[in-house]
Amino acid sequence: MTNVLLVGMGNPDRGDDGIGPVVTRQLLGRVPPNVAIIERTGDALALIEDWTGRDAVILVDAAAPGTTPGRIHRLDMLNDVLPAELSLSSTHAFGVANAVGLARTLGLLPRTMIVYAVEGANFAPGAPLSAKVAAAVGEVVSRLTVELRLLRAEEASHA
Amino acid sequence: MANKTIRVDYIARVEGEGALDLRIRDGRVTSARLKIFEPPRLFEALLRGRGFAEAPDITARICGICPVAYQMSAVHAMEDALGVKVAGPLRGLRRLLYCGEWIESHALHVVMLHAPDFLGYPDAIQMAREHGDAVRRGLALKKTGNGLMRILGGREIHPVNVRVGGFYRTPSRAELAFLTDDLKRARDLAVETVRWVARFPFPNFERDYEFVALRHPDEYPFNEGRIVSSRGLDILAREYEAEFEERHVAYSTALQSVLKRRGSYLVGPMARYNLNFDHLPSHVQTLAHEVGLGPECRNPFQSVIVRAIEVVYACDEALRIIGAYQEPDMPAAPLEPRAGIGRACTEAPRGILYHRYQLNDDGSILEARIVPPTSQNQLSMEEDLCEVASRSLDLADDALRDRCEQTIRNYDPCISCSCHFLKLAVDRS
Repeated sequence: MTNVLLVGMGNPDRGDDGIGPVVTRQLLGRVPPNVAIIERTGDALALIEDWTGRDAVILVDAAAPGTTPGRIHRLDMLNDVLPAELSLSSTHAFGVANAVGLARTLGLLPRTMIVYAVEGANFAPGAPLSAKVAAAVGEVVSRLTVELRLLRAEEASHA
Repeated sequence: MANKTIRVDYIARVEGEGALDLRIRDGRVTSARLKIFEPPRLFEALLRGRGFAEAPDITARICGICPVAYQMSAVHAMEDALGVKVAGPLRGLRRLLYCGEWIESHALHVVMLHAPDFLGYPDAIQMAREHGDAVRRGLALKKTGNGLMRILGGREIHPVNVRVGGFYRTPSRAELAFLTDDLKRARDLAVETVRWVARFPFPNFERDYEFVALRHPDEYPFNEGRIVSSRGLDILAREYEAEFEERHVAYSTALQSVLKRRGSYLVGPMARYNLNFDHLPSHVQTLAHEVGLGPECRNPFQSVIVRAIEVVYACDEALRIIGAYQEPDMPAAPLEPRAGIGRACTEAPRGILYHRYQLNDDGSILEARIVPPTSQNQLSMEEDLCEVASRSLDLADDALRDRCEQTIRNYDPCISCSCHFLKLAVDRS
């Protein structure tokens, strides 16, 4: 069975940085048994450990600075080039893009690695999601549900 | 071109945000200012009115890299105020938790943040293309440190299992024994890392620092010991504020700590190493000699070797503690709130971390004081920068900037803690 890890990346106490955990919490209990859901707030380097042994990793994160708050980007980290204008935000020394870059160099990326990045507007401490980012939550949840179904279908076609 | 200013607006590969202004007049460096612009954190005020038992979990939030240090200084200071001494297996578990934090924090800095400076790469990702094995070693070491943090602290970042008097839950012998094989592998990886970093090209640079660290009669220090220096200071934690003071400088949100009588001093791995070399196990001393490091090291660039040696020590010490561990009868010593003042210093990965709390008779906090290691090293960093830059004025601005950043990273500064990293401005106007 495809071993899938879904990561909600971000700090729910930093405004739109919390989009990752807000999305993954909505999927708790609604995903097939082959999917594990975790939240990560800080050190993206630890992500490389998290995805060791996983076939597929889907990561939901905020992107900054956003020119269009709430805009959803789907990035295939094995095949796409990260758009230069898009920076995956991190309040720490090592961000998600760095962790993916390092894992790619070391040959430690899973077979499938998808990042959903939602452009944020407000990253103030204690702030809630801004209206346009909050309005994107439902669509990210729906697209993740489809993404997880496709991964299962892909597995069935390989079987 | 007699005068110029070099400005580094954001210092990369450090925790937190700060900048450096370097002013050069008539071919001389006239000032090096570390401008820390992380907003003030206000933790000391936030602690007022909270219960004594809350201090370890609140102060742990000061730093995502060294939360254990904050928890340890907090619990020791509270126990000083409440007249309690924690001994036996609980004391061993505290050292073990600190081993986890040193391994995790040092491995990250040595391999991922500092090594690229010496090998001429902009970051660890570029370095990994040609030094993949070294980076894999660093990641594996960090994972071992995380494992210790997870079992003892409940989770890797901001552990939740430490309490005044001990722990909420203590591990079984079997849970700790599970870590043994990984720690043995990690020790071998740490030895390889020491040999790898010792071959880096090091600038010929030494300064006559006053080293300040804890010193314990029998052990390389983590939680306990007198505060000693290479110039004769030898005091208890309760005497700290008589000898040290924090000063405000207008260009920084972090206070700068100085020795009242002598000014700047240096805390951290080099200070611990120079003041406690005799407490390193003989095979670790032999390893240091093998890579060309004697009992004294005054070249701040070689702090990368010292940090790697401390990782070897932490792996060894963790194995020793696990081997001797007996499950305690109770996870924590019983405590009664009372009025009093408690003070403690413990050895964070970056150096001594001082906490003082004044408690009301119901155990609530009336006043808190926290002096993190990066505040204590700031003046020493500025002095290093003046010297390093003075000797490097023939370099182009970009190369000078790189050398200045490397000089700052020698300290593995944690700006979030000190406020409290780098923008460089060189003014040669």
